[in-house]
Amino acid sequence: MTDPMRIRAQVAGDKATVRVLMAHEMETGQRKDAAGKVIPAWFIQEVSATHNGKPVLSAQWGPSISKNPFMQFSLKGAKVGDKIAITWVDNKGEKRTDEATAS
Amino acid sequence: MNARTVKPGIAALALLACASAGAQTKSSADGIAEYRKMLEDGNPAELFEAKGEALWKEKRGPKNASLELCDLGKGAGIVKGAFVELPRYFADTNKVQDLESRLVSCMEALQGLNAAGISSTPFGRGEQNNVTALATWVAAESRGLKFNLPQNHVEEKRSYEIGKRVFFFRGGTHDFSCASCHGEDAKRIRLQDLPNLTKNPGDGIGFAAWPAYRVSNGQMWGMQLRLNDCYRQQRFPYPGFGSEATIAVSTYMGVNAKGAESIAPSIKR
Repeated sequence: MTDPMRIRAQVAGDKATVRVLMAHEMETGQRKDAAGKVIPAWFIQEVSATHNGKPVLSAQWGPSISKNPFMQFSLKGAKVGDKIAITWVDNKGEKRTDEATAS
Repeated sequence: MNARTVKPGIAALALLACASAGAQTKSSADGIAEYRKMLEDGNPAELFEAKGEALWKEKRGPKNASLELCDLGKGAGIVKGAFVELPRYFADTNKVQDLESRLVSCMEALQGLNAAGISSTPFGRGEQNNVTALATWVAAESRGLKFNLPQNHVEEKRSYEIGKRVFFFRGGTHDFSCASCHGEDAKRIRLQDLPNLTKNPGDGIGFAAWPAYRVSNGQMWGMQLRLNDCYRQQRFPYPGFGSEATIAVSTYMGVNAKGAESIAPSIKR
């Protein structure tokens, strides 16, 4: 079960600023619980973005990224109404894609 | 241009040295304000808001009902503006309730969930997470509105008086009260400014800032958890979720904050 992302894409001139908030625990695998047992690592490993279906960004993430991460990038040539989709895959193989329309 | 600015630069430095203590506290407070501003753009509280809104509408529990008929004080199902008038007296439970304890009452009455069970669940587990998400969404629906708690019912006045006593009650191993830290202007703990909660501390400060997302531990905190953690820091016994003491202190702070604008859900260090 994954929670939805919040994606906002605002067009200004020939660029759009895309801001993404992802809901994820991002466990490093370094922490221990109250009983002293290591909490298994659980974090987003891959992030990718598409603009009207065309890949525009891909990133490899690790355990040093914060919980509930925020990502921002600017996208050249985006227009109002364009579809921007973000996908993440975590180290357990869980995957989530959400889409937003640029405004 | 450089040569022209050198001299005033030196003068400013000398001035700074004279007023170093005052200037330094100011600049670190400004630094924190700047940090919060930067984080506002991507406040993860929004994720909890979205979750809370979905939970409000979702049919759950043994009665398979949503919370859309929950009366938060302004009538069944009215959410907007409810947050800035809580805690208040509710005739059906015959109690003064804050947002979180009221939500739990609704979850029992409408959805058939076990209120006592939820109240005794530790923060951050099971249904408590849902209560926090719901509270975050309900609070967000009143963003920008001003606090105006009702004080007409005798129970509401009583709650305020109890809250005032609780606020000034000293005890524990450190002989602390809420007022030890929050009873005067311009106090701080390490680099955090402490609001004076015996009066209106200003828009979006103190009672008007929670629920809030805490960046340092990545948790969403409602007022109940905020207060219970205050008690932990005072080395007091844990009053517990939805206890009369925490609701009374909330009433005290909420009434004092009359006219303050709510910015909840906010983001905290």
